[in-house]
Amino acid sequence: MKMLRNLLKNPMFVIGMSLFLLSLLAALLGPIVHKVDLNRVAESYAPPGDGLLLGADNLGRDYISLLIKGLRSSLYVGFLAGIIATTFGTLIGIYGGFKGGWVDDILNVFTNLFIVIPQLVILILISASFKDGRSLTLIGLIIGCTGWTWSARSVRAQASALKSRDHISLARINGDGTLAIMIKHVLPYLLSYVFMVFIMQVASGILSESAISMIGLGPLDTQSLGVILNDAKANGALGDGIWWAFLPATVIITLTVFSLYLINTSMEGVFNPRLRD
Amino acid sequence: MLKQHPTARFILQRGGWYLLTFFVAVAINFLLPRLGSANPVDIIMGRSSSGLSAEAAKEKEESYLKEFGLVKLDASGKILHNAAGKPIKRSTLEQFGNYVLMTFHGDLGTSFQKYPKKVTDVILQAVPWTIALQLPTIVLGWIIGNVLGALAAYKRGIFDKIFFPFAILLNSLPFFVFGMLLVYYFSVVLGWFPAMGGYAGELIPSFSLEFLGSAAYHYALPFFSIFLILAGGQAIGMRSMGIYELGTDYVKYAQWLGLKESRILAYIFRNAMLPQLTGLALSIGTMIGGALITEMIFSYPGLGMAMLTAIQNNDYPVIQGVTLIITTCVLIANFSVDILIGFLDPRVKAGLQMGGN
Repeated sequence: MKMLRNLLKNPMFVIGMSLFLLSLLAALLGPIVHKVDLNRVAESYAPPGDGLLLGADNLGRDYISLLIKGLRSSLYVGFLAGIIATTFGTLIGIYGGFKGGWVDDILNVFTNLFIVIPQLVILILISASFKDGRSLTLIGLIIGCTGWTWSARSVRAQASALKSRDHISLARINGDGTLAIMIKHVLPYLLSYVFMVFIMQVASGILSESAISMIGLGPLDTQSLGVILNDAKANGALGDGIWWAFLPATVIITLTVFSLYLINTSMEGVFNPRLRD
Repeated sequence: MLKQHPTARFILQRGGWYLLTFFVAVAINFLLPRLGSANPVDIIMGRSSSGLSAEAAKEKEESYLKEFGLVKLDASGKILHNAAGKPIKRSTLEQFGNYVLMTFHGDLGTSFQKYPKKVTDVILQAVPWTIALQLPTIVLGWIIGNVLGALAAYKRGIFDKIFFPFAILLNSLPFFVFGMLLVYYFSVVLGWFPAMGGYAGELIPSFSLEFLGSAAYHYALPFFSIFLILAGGQAIGMRSMGIYELGTDYVKYAQWLGLKESRILAYIFRNAMLPQLTGLALSIGTMIGGALITEMIFSYPGLGMAMLTAIQNNDYPVIQGVTLIITTCVLIANFSVDILIGFLDPRVKAGLQMGGN
């Protein structure tokens, strides 16, 4: 509770949290406030104006509807990838860091291999091989399964620092098994840290989705903010100065990711008093 | 002998590690495209066989099968057929062996889209542009970002209050978003810089003054769009490191002694730099990935564009070749950073930090 009160005193946290809730609300309540209609309702690239607040895309579809749909997809991918990556990373990190020994060595080699090989390369190779049926969920799964590496690395560092603490030794003398110690005595110490990892993973999931969609390897079954940007780029909207084709989508992505970064940075400041003023 | 040269030993160890990583990367590059739908030849045939006679289609399919190394060949390079007249497929393991052999001979296959151009030629044309854009950008972004971060940590106050949120905003801007905004504002609205390409379309690449000028002119926007974001990210990391260092005794001591600010800043920088270098080694893959997408936004004639074109045309050999080159570049960049660490880190010099990754 004290932690939460400290966080709420931090303007960075408040701004970040408000921005993120705003984006979440827009995604959840958007379809209720604004009727989502993805049919042709106007001319190609009709400018913002009467009836269409943000104009229409190259197929004459209402941009507000597209953006609501896109934001929902992006958040969905972000959370899906974030949950997978954080779970994998935390399990591997805690197990390796706490257990040590040859299991840790193998997990460590594995983690470091996939940290060095760029995630984008793996994403491109897998996405390009799924020519048909590349769904939003599949993309979320791929991002989650390729993005766990650095969370494993940082959780491992934290867990291995905990290993030699007194309360762990006490639990051991008490006769607790390794698994019980990990769940009862290691995980609670790392929860706030794991939560921060999760926030960063959601942000990087949203970014990865828009990056892979930008390249033209995005989901084929739905809209996403990255797909909107890809369409804008592919149809030359950028060079023609059709700002409503890309500006709103870029602002939404940036603000959502920015809000998550703010939350993360402010939490870091609360947990690490030295960073505070 | 190596015992006396811990730095050399460290570098050799790291080199061995990257060699292992390279082999894994080659294997991944081979395996991942085979995860999805069947084999690439079917997909290409589905697109390009319409309108061909059965005989011509069969011939075309066989040439693709051979191109991809999917079928067994006899000594003269002809496809072996079984009793029913069908080509005999290679097993995945045989395909892999063939792929590795070809890769190490520098043969990455033939482009589908630009047939009969070799993938290696497509890549060789693009690589200089990517290196010319990314190498100076990453090096400068790292240096300037870190200097600013150290300054923000040391000064705090109003400079930090404005600078820090700005750096976070820059850092959370996806590369491509920032690139798009720059193109829109500086090229489309103001018309100061060209919106796309690496040089004026009517010029032919050469070392003439005119061409170099045009290339520099086209260089500015992509450079800044990568540079600023990179510097922002580095500054944030350096700021936290710097604040941590500021709390240490040696800084307090230096302040009591009344040393000059720039001198203290140099000490802090030196100590905080090593973790930042390690951080650079870890994030270089992400940086290069992001910068490649920026290249696409600017239609810069580097690897990013080669990749985009290949993806749009289902040009699998080029996609695979480019991903392999990107990974190789990332590994080389990482290794270079590690060598730098080997020379700068006193722990390595003292032979303390031997195995750690």
